[in-house]
Amino acid sequence: MREVAVIGVGLTKFGELWDKSFRDLIAEAGSKAIIDANIEGKDIDAIYVGSMSSGRFVGQEHIGALVADVSGFSYTHIPATRVEGACASGGLAVRQGYLSIASGMHDIVVVGGVEKMNDVGGTSATETLATAADQEWEAFFGATFPAIYAMIATKHMHDYGTTKEQLAQVAVKNHANGALNPNAQYQRPIKLDAVLNSTMVASPLGLMDCSPVSDGAAAIVLCALEKAKRYTDKIIKITGSGQASDTLALHARRDITTLDATVHAAKKAYKQAGVTPKDIDLAEVHDCFTIAEICAIEDLGFVKKGEGGRAVEDNITTLDGSLPVNTSGGLKAKGHPVGATGVAQIVELVLQLRGEAGKRQVKGAKRGLAHNVGGSGATCTVHILEAV
Amino acid sequence: MDSIGIVSYGAYIPRYRIKTEEIASVWGKDGKAISSGLGIYEKSVPGLDEDTATISVEAARAAIRRCSMIKGEDIGAIYIGSESHPYAVKPTGTIVAEAIMATPHVMVADYEFACKAGTAAIQTCIGLVKSDMIKYGLAIGADTSQAAPGDALEYSAAAGGAAFIIGKDHVIARINHTTSYTTDTPDFWRRAERKYPSHGGRFTGEPAYFKHIVGCANKLMSIADTKPEDYDYAIFHQPNGKFPVNVATKLGFTYEQVKQGLMVPYIGNTYSGASMIGLASVLDVAEPGDRIFLTSYGSGAGSDGFDITVTDNIKNLDKSKAPTVAELVADKQYINYGIYAKFTDLLYWE
Repeated sequence: MREVAVIGVGLTKFGELWDKSFRDLIAEAGSKAIIDANIEGKDIDAIYVGSMSSGRFVGQEHIGALVADVSGFSYTHIPATRVEGACASGGLAVRQGYLSIASGMHDIVVVGGVEKMNDVGGTSATETLATAADQEWEAFFGATFPAIYAMIATKHMHDYGTTKEQLAQVAVKNHANGALNPNAQYQRPIKLDAVLNSTMVASPLGLMDCSPVSDGAAAIVLCALEKAKRYTDKIIKITGSGQASDTLALHARRDITTLDATVHAAKKAYKQAGVTPKDIDLAEVHDCFTIAEICAIEDLGFVKKGEGGRAVEDNITTLDGSLPVNTSGGLKAKGHPVGATGVAQIVELVLQLRGEAGKRQVKGAKRGLAHNVGGSGATCTVHILEAV
Repeated sequence: MDSIGIVSYGAYIPRYRIKTEEIASVWGKDGKAISSGLGIYEKSVPGLDEDTATISVEAARAAIRRCSMIKGEDIGAIYIGSESHPYAVKPTGTIVAEAIMATPHVMVADYEFACKAGTAAIQTCIGLVKSDMIKYGLAIGADTSQAAPGDALEYSAAAGGAAFIIGKDHVIARINHTTSYTTDTPDFWRRAERKYPSHGGRFTGEPAYFKHIVGCANKLMSIADTKPEDYDYAIFHQPNGKFPVNVATKLGFTYEQVKQGLMVPYIGNTYSGASMIGLASVLDVAEPGDRIFLTSYGSGAGSDGFDITVTDNIKNLDKSKAPTVAELVADKQYINYGIYAKFTDLLYWE
C-alpha cells in the first residue's frame, strides 16, 4: 500500500446559512481545498463526497456527479462518487479517498462532505436523521437519536456514576473551543448552569447536550505521499485508517455504553499507525451528544471504561489539558452538518498539525486522531494523522 | 415632501386576554419559559362578534371622533390592510366606509400584504393626498390573526387594529419620508382554503424579519439623513417581544426609544395592526417636535419605513374622545382556553 498525505483543506462556515445552497457550500469548500493544495483541476484523478441525506434535506440525489459538475470538473470526466454512512458519511468518504490512493489507482483525490439541513424544519430534520436508526426496531417505536443517546447516557450514569454535570461540562468545554474557531456555528462560551437548565429534550439530555442542525461543507485534497512534496512543505500523513460496523439497533449490542465499532475501528487505526492512545496529541471525536464524547474517549482507549465523565471533570480534555479533545468546538459548538462532519474533523487536525489553528492551537501537536460515528455506533471510522 | 402626515388616529384592541401560561398548560409546556422566551405575557382575543371589519370600524370611529373638523364624507379614500378579512370575496372596506358615513363618493380597497398591509395603506394615502386626488385618506391595519392549536404561533397570534387619517391640513405628525424594502422571501404563508398559516421556523428570523427591517431602516435613515439618536421613539414590527428589541439594538436604537411603542408583551402580535398600534401608543404621549421612526414588516412582503415629526397641532387633537392604547390594554378580561377555543372557532363543527 502506498502512503497518503493531506495536502489541502477547505471549510465553509458552519451554521444557518440561508444565503448559500447545497451546491454553493460544497463548491466553496472544494475550491478552498484545491487552492490550499496548490493544484490544478487537471491534477485531480477522482472525487469522493460524503452526504447523509441530501435527498431528504434538499431533494437532490446523484450528488457525486453534481459535485464534479459545480466544481468545474465535468469536462475532465473524472469519477465522482457519493458515499453514505449516516453521520459517518464524511469519514467514509475520507477512507474511500485514502484507499483509492493507497491502492495505486489514483494519485490525487478530492474528498468532500456536505449537508444542508436547515431547508427543512426541525421536525423534518429529526425525522431525516432518524432514518439512520433501525426503522423496524427503533424509529417505528418513536425512538429518535436524542432518545437513543439518552438511553446510553442513563445506562452510563447507572453503571459508572457519570453525572449530569459531567455531561454538561463537555458542552461547556466544546463551546469554549468553538469560541476560538471563526468557522464555528456557536462562537460563544456557555456556563454549566445554562446547560443544566436548558430545555429538556430526552432525559437526561437537555437542548444544550445536543449538537445543532447545521449547514456546511468541508473538503480535503489527498495525494500519494511520494508526490506530495511537489505541492506543499507542510505534509500531513494519514498513518492509520480504521473502519468498523456494529448492529444498527442499540438494544442488540453487547453493552449499550460501549460503541464496539469505535473500539474496533480504533484498534485497526492504532495498529496500522504503530501507535497507542498515549501517543495521540489531540483528538476530534464525534460528540453528537455530550454523552457521545464521554463514550468516545473511553472507547478510543484514552481513559478506562467508565472514567470518561471524571476525565472531563478533571479538565484532561480541555485545550490546555493533557489530551485536548474537539479543539474545533466539536459537533456541539462547531456545528454538525452531518455529511460534512467527518471531513471537517480532518480539516481541524491538519490545521492543528500544521500549526495554523490560531487561538485554539495545541502547542507542539504532532499526531491527531479523528473519530466519526454513524447512527448510534453502527458505523465508525477512525483516522490518525501525523505531521511529517 | 409637502407637509403631509397624520391628521388623526385611533386604535382598538378586543378586551379579552389569554395568558401565555394558560395556553402552555393545555399543551403540557413550560409557560414561564415560553413567556420569557417570546417576551409575551398575554395576548388579545377577539370576541365572538368581533372581526377585522368591526375592529377597523372601532379604530376609524376613534380617529374621526378625535378630529371634529373632519366628517366621514371628507374622507376621499379608505384602504384596509389585513390578512384576516372576514370574507374571501366581499370587501371589508365598504363596511367601514358605510359605518363612518364616507359613502358613496370614496375610493376603497382592501389590502392583503402580510403584516405590512396597513403601512402600505398609509403610503397609498400619502400618494393620493400629495397628488391632490383626495383631501383626506383613511389607512387602517387590523387583524384577527389565526394560529393552529398547538402551533408556536398560538402564543402570539392576536387581534387589534389602528386607523390613521392622512392629509395636508391639521397635520399632527408630519411624515417626512417613507421608503420600502421589498423582496419575495416567503417565511410565512397561508394557502387558499386553509384555515391556519404555515411558517418557515427559524427561517423567519435572520433572512426574513431582520434582513428586511434592517435594510429598510438603513435606507430610511440614509434618505432622511438621520441617525438612531435623532429619534425620540422607534417602533418596529413586533411578532414577539424579542425581535423588535433585538433589531433595535442591532440598528443602534435603545430600549428607551422602543418601549412606548412595544405593545406585544401585553396584547400579542396583532399582525397588520402591530406596528400601527405601536405608533398610536407613541402618538398618545408624543409632544410637538418629537421625532418618530417606524418600520413595519410583512412576511414575504418586506418592510415599510416612516420618518415622522410631531407638530404643534397634536395639542389641538381631542385625544380624550377615544381611549388611548394604554387604556385599551388595561381594559381587559381574562378567559381560559375553553372560552378561547370557542371565540376563535377552534371548536369547529358542521
